[in-house]
Amino acid sequence: MEKIVDYFSTHTDEYFMLLGQHIGISILTTAIAILIAVPLGVLCSKKAMIQKVFERFFGLLRIVPSLAILMICLPILGTGIKPAVVALVILAVPPILMNTTQAFLHLPAATIEAATAMGMGKARIFFRVKLPLAFPLMYAGIRTAIVEVIASATLASYIGAGGLGNIIFTGLGLMRVDLLYIGGGSVAILSLLTGFVMDRIYQSATKYQRI
Amino acid sequence: MKAVELVHVDQKFPNMSYKALDDVSLKIEQGEFVTILGSSGCGKTTLIKMINRLYQPDKGEIRLFDEEISKKDPVQLRRKIGYVIQQIGLFPHMTVYENIATIPRILKWDKTKIEEKVQEMLHLVGLEPKEYRNRYPAQLSGGQQQRIGLARALICDPDIMLLDEPFGAIDAINREKLQNELKSIHSKSKKTYLFVTHDIREAFKLGTRVIVMNRGKILQYDTPEEIRQNPADGFVSDLIQTMEDAPGTGNEEL
Ligand SMILES: Nc1ncnc2c1ncn2[C@@H]1O[C@H](COP(=O)(O)OP(=O)(O)OP(=O)(O)O)[C@@H](O)[C@H]1O
Ligand SMILES: [Mg+2]
Repeated sequence: MEKIVDYFSTHTDEYFMLLGQHIGISILTTAIAILIAVPLGVLCSKKAMIQKVFERFFGLLRIVPSLAILMICLPILGTGIKPAVVALVILAVPPILMNTTQAFLHLPAATIEAATAMGMGKARIFFRVKLPLAFPLMYAGIRTAIVEVIASATLASYIGAGGLGNIIFTGLGLMRVDLLYIGGGSVAILSLLTGFVMDRIYQSATKYQRI
Repeated sequence: MKAVELVHVDQKFPNMSYKALDDVSLKIEQGEFVTILGSSGCGKTTLIKMINRLYQPDKGEIRLFDEEISKKDPVQLRRKIGYVIQQIGLFPHMTVYENIATIPRILKWDKTKIEEKVQEMLHLVGLEPKEYRNRYPAQLSGGQQQRIGLARALICDPDIMLLDEPFGAIDAINREKLQNELKSIHSKSKKTYLFVTHDIREAFKLGTRVIVMNRGKILQYDTPEEIRQNPADGFVSDLIQTMEDAPGTGNEEL
């Protein structure tokens, strides 16, 4: 316990730098994953063929452990943040993709028909009606993804991408349990906290469903 | 000038033994209130959806005010046609106010004008604005949702109103009120209404003309008196019989 307190007083700057890196890499990854998975999910909801192809593809990728993906990326992308982001994006895309596909497949047909009949154009219907109605399920996918990414970003430290994983790997190297607690604990708390904040946003954004 | 004109319109859906619309020709004068009767699956909704281009006919032509609609931009066309959809279809993520104000907002009406019009519409359908304007559809009963659907369709005072069983979920007393309200809106507006219903009494009360359909065909299209006195065939006379057999209940369902 003392050692833990000691670490925080001597390594404050380093700790917050690593924490910042961890959060940064998680946000970057999730953002890239959203940019890939949401349009792809919309596309999948329109064409059953495309949906099959991508679900298989990402289903397969998911079986490969993140660490293995990291290692495969290494010779191609070198060390550092790039291979880490690629590996984490591969991890984050499937839940967002699947949920987006399902969300757009199950939009209320009568509401879309009413919107069309009122004289709303395609783009307007997409942004004002379809997207908001698909949002809850999409958001649940994003939440799953971000929490997974935060946990898995720990591994990324192994190939020099920084983040809280550094503390853990240092702890492993030096056989210092206190560092493992600090590193592991921080990642866990960050995950939980993110999940909690995401849930609060979800609650207020979907109030209309539960009154 | 005819407000609505269908010329030999055919519509067939897959896996159906009969056509949803079978060589339907129809002329509706501007200012008419046409009610459409017929048993379930006879093509009433299909007929309505042809007019705002939700469906494209397999064969035939549809004209509104002498203009062939297949040549017009569907979005612009639909803004001039009010549509109360059978399944209501309110936007669940928008309040009552936002639902009703959707098209006025797209048309960039002045804010105070939208506010006034929404209030007027809510009064018209018998819902107190203060109480209801900020509710979400999930907070309304089925009948109240239907009335919001009606308000949403009426707000732009469209040239043609398509109403697909708009009062289906509304109790007898409120239904009576809304019928009278709708009738008076119609006679003030001089617009053309098409109104689908299963309630024969409602059809004969509201309609300046009544369409009786069966299996994709129009059996008779005439004034209520004429249909009553000279039913075109057995189906129509049976239909009228059901109304005369049970006087006063006002809820004969086909
Ligand atoms: N989009 C569609 N795809 C396939 N079949 C359809 C479609 N729309 C309607 N039909 C079929 O066409 C026929 C006529 O349907 P329509 O909805 O016009 O009936 P309706 O007279 O409105 O009936 P109800 O009184 O039950 O609303 C029905 O047999 C229906 O199954
Ligand atoms: Mg119908």
